[in-house]
Amino acid sequence: MAQYCTFRVADLMFGVEVEQVQEVLRGQRMTRVPMASHVVRGLINLRGQIVTAVDLRRRLSIEDRAEGEDTMNVVVRGPEGAVSFLVDDIGDVLDVPDDAFEDPPVTLGGVTRELVTSICKLDRSLLLVLDTQRALELTHEAAQ
Amino acid sequence: MADEIVEEFLVESAEGLERVEQDLVELEEDTSRSEVVDRIFRDIHTIKGVSGFLGYTSLERVTHASESLLSKVRAGEVKVDERVISALLGTVDATREMLERIEQTESDGGEDYAALISQLEALQQSAIPAPPPAPALALAPEPPPAPASAAGEELPEAPPSVPPLGEVLVALGVVPEDAVASALKQQREGDPRKLGEILVRDGKARPAQIEEALDAQRTSRTLGTNAKDATIRVSVDLLDRLMNLVGELVLVRNQILQHTQGADDPAAATNAQRLNHVTSELQEGVMKTRMQPIKTIWGKLPRIVRDLAGSFDKEMRLEMEGRDTELDKTIIEAIKDPLTHLVRNACDHGMEMPAERVAKGKPAEGVLRLRAYHEGGQVIIEVADDGKGIDPEKIKASAVAKGLLTAAAAERLSERDALNLIFLPGFSTAAQVTNVSGRGVGMDVVKTNIERIGGTIDLSSVLGAGTTIRVKIPLTLAIIPALVVHDRGERYAIPQVSVLELVLLEGEEMRRVEAIHGTPVYRLRGKLLPIVHLSEQLGLGPAEGPPPEALNIIVLQADGHPFGLVVEGVRDTEEIVVKPLGKELKSLSAYAGATIMGDGAVALILDVLGLAQHAGIVREDGASASNEDASEPSDRALHEQEALLLFESDGKSPLAVELARIDRLEELDAAAVEHTGGRDVVQYRDTIMPLVHLSHEVYGRPLEVARERAPDERYQVVVVRRGAEVYGLVVGHLVDIVDTAVEARPVGRRPGIRGSAIVQGRVVELLDVDAVLAAALPEVWAHEAAAGGV
Repeated sequence: MAQYCTFRVADLMFGVEVEQVQEVLRGQRMTRVPMASHVVRGLINLRGQIVTAVDLRRRLSIEDRAEGEDTMNVVVRGPEGAVSFLVDDIGDVLDVPDDAFEDPPVTLGGVTRELVTSICKLDRSLLLVLDTQRALELTHEAAQ
Repeated sequence: MADEIVEEFLVESAEGLERVEQDLVELEEDTSRSEVVDRIFRDIHTIKGVSGFLGYTSLERVTHASESLLSKVRAGEVKVDERVISALLGTVDATREMLERIEQTESDGGEDYAALISQLEALQQSAIPAPPPAPALALAPEPPPAPASAAGEELPEAPPSVPPLGEVLVALGVVPEDAVASALKQQREGDPRKLGEILVRDGKARPAQIEEALDAQRTSRTLGTNAKDATIRVSVDLLDRLMNLVGELVLVRNQILQHTQGADDPAAATNAQRLNHVTSELQEGVMKTRMQPIKTIWGKLPRIVRDLAGSFDKEMRLEMEGRDTELDKTIIEAIKDPLTHLVRNACDHGMEMPAERVAKGKPAEGVLRLRAYHEGGQVIIEVADDGKGIDPEKIKASAVAKGLLTAAAAERLSERDALNLIFLPGFSTAAQVTNVSGRGVGMDVVKTNIERIGGTIDLSSVLGAGTTIRVKIPLTLAIIPALVVHDRGERYAIPQVSVLELVLLEGEEMRRVEAIHGTPVYRLRGKLLPIVHLSEQLGLGPAEGPPPEALNIIVLQADGHPFGLVVEGVRDTEEIVVKPLGKELKSLSAYAGATIMGDGAVALILDVLGLAQHAGIVREDGASASNEDASEPSDRALHEQEALLLFESDGKSPLAVELARIDRLEELDAAAVEHTGGRDVVQYRDTIMPLVHLSHEVYGRPLEVARERAPDERYQVVVVRRGAEVYGLVVGHLVDIVDTAVEARPVGRRPGIRGSAIVQGRVVELLDVDAVLAAALPEVWAHEAAAGGV
């Protein structure tokens, strides 16, 4: 049994293990970083720590939200400090039995395939487990 | 086995070894100091004990052998001499090696260090006939102890000097001396109660007073000689986190203060004031935790000096003053290598051989003096030797011989400036490269490293009496003064150390930025200053609103190259806290980090060097031509991004000269040209500037024809500098300034032209300035050569 913090990006439901999540914040004031990959939306001040905000929509090559739509920051602990993922909405923390996981289907393509480690079958929907470290590898993406 | 135990063992042993190393050097100077021997013995004993306990047998054998030797020394059976010290220093090295191996591989490697051990054992046999040692003190050379007995408890560790409670009570004036005496007597006669209890029961003292006395006793224990109890280990990560939180607290405090100032609530104002004070004190305290005394890096130097003295057969002594001067941890790390290099250099080049010193009437033993002290918010570190000093004339000659400047320029240098030539890249005073100083790490690298952390370095010397090098460094890197600017709605911080000056051009003055084919330059006091727009460099897009009415140029310096950065607005100078960017953004060389502004928003800190590289002002390999530099080797390959001035003469394909080579662009009245000895010259800024007509020199027109090619009787002159001299190249007209990567091809190579290249789709010829000058003005070159120059 593991606990997952869930969130929504467009019509996809993602999950990150609860232990990895430092906190969840509503939209923060952001300083943009010129010349950075367009996936990086900016920098936020998290109690004195400077945290990079990565827009998961852009990371997943999903079209931008409509102007003025709210975003949430899911702040995830990483080996080199915290990083924030911008998502559309926050869901519940779910208890997921270990046998509910499956590898992503071979037909799942594109960036999503790269960033999803496994898929969890919930009663009414599917939960995609996000590979947070992969999601931060912006090098190939930045070259676009 | 818990990793923590091993880790703790590694950390403590490393510290112990450092102490042992310093103590050994100290002991060599004064062999009679038994307390130093005791200290060394204790440290080695601890390492031996724990290594046996953890099963590192090689480590245990080596430390055991040296411990046995040390116990003979303590007992007075072996006399401390140079061989003993060297063998023990050998132990330190071997132990350090094994500790490193344990850290990496979790095993001490099992090497037997047979030579070292037999050396240590042989020295034990060299026992001198001495009065029989007091049996209680002598630790007989024991067989390697069983792991269980290896805790080290049997050592005569100095007991912590805690005053007995009775004494404390008397000192505090709680009870008279005789009351304590009678209570102690009761205890001796079998009263099982504690002293305090007896005194309270007898009505001599109140319980609160006893408590107070016990507190005082405890305090004296923590302040006592036993440093172990007074300090705890804290990870740097934790300190960094505290520092961040304090920074955040400061911001909250600022906001609260702002609120309460306007409000009409005395209670809130008082609370805010208290918050203000507490925050300031907390900030100061946390800053202090990051400070380390400079002795943490000086500690290794006595050993280095000792070893160098040995290998050069010189006699040297190291004196240190201000060992407790504190600096931020990051600075301490940054100056470690440069400082070590300066000390090695002084030992190698500065100090004379003993015989030479005696012949000059100096003591045979040279003194190297290190001094550290605070001055005006900075720390000054001096490395001074009483050696032979540096001869400025020799430095000049050497610099000229290496082509770093012309003889004429060298002539005019002050003594101080001449001495500081040794910091130029490519300069090394050593006639022969020794294995100590000459490893390609020159004084220029020392200078670069010091300047990287915002410091300066300066050298003074008295021939025959010694050399002093003064290094000035900031107290902390974490907080730096910065200029805050804004552009397209975002703020950026520029470290103040890189800012030379601010130029504001208003209205008509804005025209003074000349754009040649889209590449802007500004004549700053006659010099060409390349202009770079921040918004263009960062790709910020076009400005909104009406065109600006003024132009803010921030004159910056990157690697010795001035350039002007145009920004929308300049705000203020502020002290900012530097914070690193996440690894996702590390590859962006334009930023040195980020900081949090007073209102809590994040601002990026610009990396001036990175920006200059991005803009092509400075080449990325760091080597770049500078306006101030004398002459570049003329066959230097042009391949990296570079700024070139293109001009035409005689309607041929354009010629190119590196912008960095050019001093100024001038337009001269042809009538001002005078002729002397067949040369065209003009009076130019208090000197005589020879003119070279490229039309004549490069394209072979007769001189008379070339002279007449002046439209409207004006000459377009490219002023170049060679050493301290200036020369004017008369060109047809200027075409463009381009930033481009140039690959020189040998096509069209001939005297004065070193090849061609394609620049923006056109073939241009690369002018070899030095060759042209040499061909045009042979007498000047002959003069330089005669003076020992190029």
